[in-house]
Amino acid sequence: MNSHDLLLLSPELSVAALGLVVIIADLILDKKTPLIWLAVLGLSVPLAFTLILWFDTPSPEVGVFGTVTADRLALFFHFLLIGTTAAVIVAGATYSRKFVGFQGEFLALMLLSVSGMMLLAASRDIITAYVALEVSALPVAALAAFLRTDRSLEAGFKFLMLSGLSSAVLLYGLVYLYGVTGTTDIAGMLEAINGMDSDGDRAFGSGGLMLGVVMVVAGFGFKMAIAPFQMWVPDVYEGAPTPVVAFLSIASKSAAFAIVLRVLYTAVGTDGLAEDWSTLLAVLAAITMTVGNLLALGQQNIKRMLGYSTVAHAGYLLVGLAAVAANSDSDGFIAGPQGVLFYLVAYAVTNLAVFFAIIAITNRTGNDMISGFAGMARRAPLLSILLALGLLSLLGIPPTAGFLGKVFVFSAAVDSDLAWLAVIGVINSVVSAFYYLRVVRTMFLDEPESDERITADIPVWAATMTASAGLLVFGIAPYSLLEFARHAVSGVVI
Amino acid sequence: MFEGWLTIVVFLPAAAALVIALFLRDDNRVRWFAIGATVLNLVLIAITYADFDRSAGGVQMIDRYEDWIPVEGLRAEYLLGLDGLSAPMVLLAGLLSAVAALASWRITLRVREYFIWLLVLQTAVLGVFTALDFLLFFIFWEIELIPMFMLISIWGSGRRHYSAMKFVIFTFGGSAFMLIGILALFLSSGVDTLAMVSIPSEGIVGIPDRVAGVDLLLPAGLIWFLLFAAFAVKMPIWPFHSWLPDAHTDAPTAVSIMLAGVLLKMGGYGLIRISVGMFQETKDFQVQDVAWLLALLAVVSIIYGAIVTFQQSDLKRLVAFSSVSHMGFVVLGVSSIVGVGGTVTDAGLNGAALQMVTHGTITGLLFLTVGLVYDRAHTRHIPDLGGIALRLPLITVSMMIAGLASLGLPGTSGFVAEISVFLGTYAAWEWYTAIGAFGVVLAAGYILWTMQRTFFGPRNDRFDDLEDANFLDMIPVAALVVSIIAIGVFPKIVTEVFKVGISEVVRI
Repeated sequence: MNSHDLLLLSPELSVAALGLVVIIADLILDKKTPLIWLAVLGLSVPLAFTLILWFDTPSPEVGVFGTVTADRLALFFHFLLIGTTAAVIVAGATYSRKFVGFQGEFLALMLLSVSGMMLLAASRDIITAYVALEVSALPVAALAAFLRTDRSLEAGFKFLMLSGLSSAVLLYGLVYLYGVTGTTDIAGMLEAINGMDSDGDRAFGSGGLMLGVVMVVAGFGFKMAIAPFQMWVPDVYEGAPTPVVAFLSIASKSAAFAIVLRVLYTAVGTDGLAEDWSTLLAVLAAITMTVGNLLALGQQNIKRMLGYSTVAHAGYLLVGLAAVAANSDSDGFIAGPQGVLFYLVAYAVTNLAVFFAIIAITNRTGNDMISGFAGMARRAPLLSILLALGLLSLLGIPPTAGFLGKVFVFSAAVDSDLAWLAVIGVINSVVSAFYYLRVVRTMFLDEPESDERITADIPVWAATMTASAGLLVFGIAPYSLLEFARHAVSGVVI
Repeated sequence: MFEGWLTIVVFLPAAAALVIALFLRDDNRVRWFAIGATVLNLVLIAITYADFDRSAGGVQMIDRYEDWIPVEGLRAEYLLGLDGLSAPMVLLAGLLSAVAALASWRITLRVREYFIWLLVLQTAVLGVFTALDFLLFFIFWEIELIPMFMLISIWGSGRRHYSAMKFVIFTFGGSAFMLIGILALFLSSGVDTLAMVSIPSEGIVGIPDRVAGVDLLLPAGLIWFLLFAAFAVKMPIWPFHSWLPDAHTDAPTAVSIMLAGVLLKMGGYGLIRISVGMFQETKDFQVQDVAWLLALLAVVSIIYGAIVTFQQSDLKRLVAFSSVSHMGFVVLGVSSIVGVGGTVTDAGLNGAALQMVTHGTITGLLFLTVGLVYDRAHTRHIPDLGGIALRLPLITVSMMIAGLASLGLPGTSGFVAEISVFLGTYAAWEWYTAIGAFGVVLAAGYILWTMQRTFFGPRNDRFDDLEDANFLDMIPVAALVVSIIAIGVFPKIVTEVFKVGISEVVRI
């Protein structure tokens, strides 16, 4: 470790340090509200470090014995994760009063989890990635159980169990990758694979490598919420505190996509291998979209419905990952991963807007059922409009970011010979109209249960407005974000 | 170039909606403001239309902002323009928007929201007819869904929830396939553009010129069907029509007017501009190869629509099914693209385009008058009506004019449009045209029979003190009657412009 390494790790370290500071402050302070502001304002430190790294990347970008990088992809996700966390903390300010006496721990656990996620996006070594994954997952299990109701405890326990199981699968897959290539370094794996002339040089042939890839995708697939590893999603979403669900559905998923993108596109990104895993991802994408959307149709609880919706969106994201250069005619084809990054940001602002509006409303009504939103347009007009806007973005109606996100990933799919997958994707979008629009209709058409007006507190209000503004801005003027995404992936895709 | 004029025309209703949302609280003010905005927009559109240079042709009044999404994977521009095909459609959309706003005078439920959605809908349809970038076109095409969903499900009647959802699912399903078609066209090497037309003055070489003889990413025939799916649902062509009667029956009057008068024409417009315009010189597949299918579907739509119309007892449902039949004439006219002995004439397509405008005004008037009858009699069930002609003379006369125009009486726009369709198509498809022409006979049957049962015969006592339409009701009626007769007597005001546009789209 030298100063160079410290600078590379500064965003992750400062987030973790912030978590510790919050815990200590929690011991000292009697009032808990300042903790929230401490956490949010404190996040400006890692943000500043990330900005420094973005504009003044030290060369080489790799440090800590080659295990951590501060390349554009990692920094892209640092921005996304820091922004998401800050927004979730602000929006959850009122909600977290439910955790009497444990607000400090709540914030600290979230910050520690984020530091793991950031490290995950920045790891260049599979062992580091594994450790980062565990760092990010364990606090989430505790967070999910934070309400200490039966459902919440069940959510936490379920997450913990399945997270452990998936880690085991992941580790097993990583062992295969290591066994075939003889290195834990992601870039080194690529060199090793390129160095092998034919299948005969590889232990177990290319089958061993593919087995590793399958298990790595399965292991991370748990966090990405792709079928058939989505079983935990609805239960955890229903039981866990809503801010945690928002955090889980965006931050955790983004970080997992970051590392999968890095492993697939760098370590096993050679044309021959990419053709194989692209088919695998395409099939998984088709299954994931379909399962998520079909199961969402019958849900009565809005958090459960959004749980299945997040599965469906993982499917759309996989469409972008499956769109690899190997299948495309054009050189330097990066539309797939670029679309994935755009989609992740679009999905983040959209889901934040949706969850924040739900938090604002359910803070007052305490009812997570879709029927509880009946006539909400009259009780909380602006919040209902923002929630509807978010749902339309999830559905993919212009001029929202969700629409363009879908256009970009489907366009990449068509371009890389996966038109059939794009067709399945758009049919799935049509299916999703049923359940998203049902909520819109309930809010705008049904008779309200009472005439009591619902007003949101300033913090959640501001967070919802910001996220909604984001989904409109990226939907109407997507150019800068696309450029940003292009920079981020261009160094990773070989 | 960025003249800004079309941008103003397209976004003026949306801006008005924003003003209502932010500043206006009083219902009456909202009504006046919304009506004022749409009428003002109609005036602007009329000026635009008059200003359109018929002799120059080409795309005019271009609003272009190149750097909207200038990335490698999707070079979308903000490109609005008006050519001979779109100018009359914009005029139609402007006219019917104003009519729809005026016809909404009696809305009392959630007035602000209602007019906001109606205005957003107007921006969307105007955008569809002026957008010349394929992605922008698609965006406007999709935006229109949500206002319609809200308008039908909140202000509708009957099974409005079911109908609204059905409308959204059908249209969204169709347009989902269109999106894949658009992407496949754009991503084909050699095409690489989303411009729907070529504009030499801007240095734009559009898709119709670039696809000539190029290997497309997907088979050209498949792309054609992907795009056609969206238009077939929207028009609608049998067997994709089943959403239409439900949506019409349950929608409020003004929304039916917009739906029948403008939204269905988006399908016809797409059929001509895209399904025909972009697939004439494609390799291995041209639109001529499927002209037989168009002709067949057209005839089935015409005859099936007419027969089903006979069986309807609900006035709105009846008009809705007659729309299926009448939009069949549009498709029949388009099928003349196959040509005779290698030469294509534009008569059939001109007829098809004219039929869209006439059907828009006529069906708009039919729905408007049906709405007026319903407001008074509180029923649309034909057997319950009858004998109200003496109580409602103005409404009766208006609906008679619409009905007679609908069955193609000379002197009304319906006659001119249908005769041009038949003349243009006969040489190409003798039998189909002959069978299709029988649809006019059927139309005469159901229209006259309906008029007789609705307005004449013995009167039910409960209709003894109905009040006829007042001055305010008659303003939109008069506007439509004037346009129907004006086009009937002077078709040139529309056909002259269409001819310029069609000849560019069809390249003859």
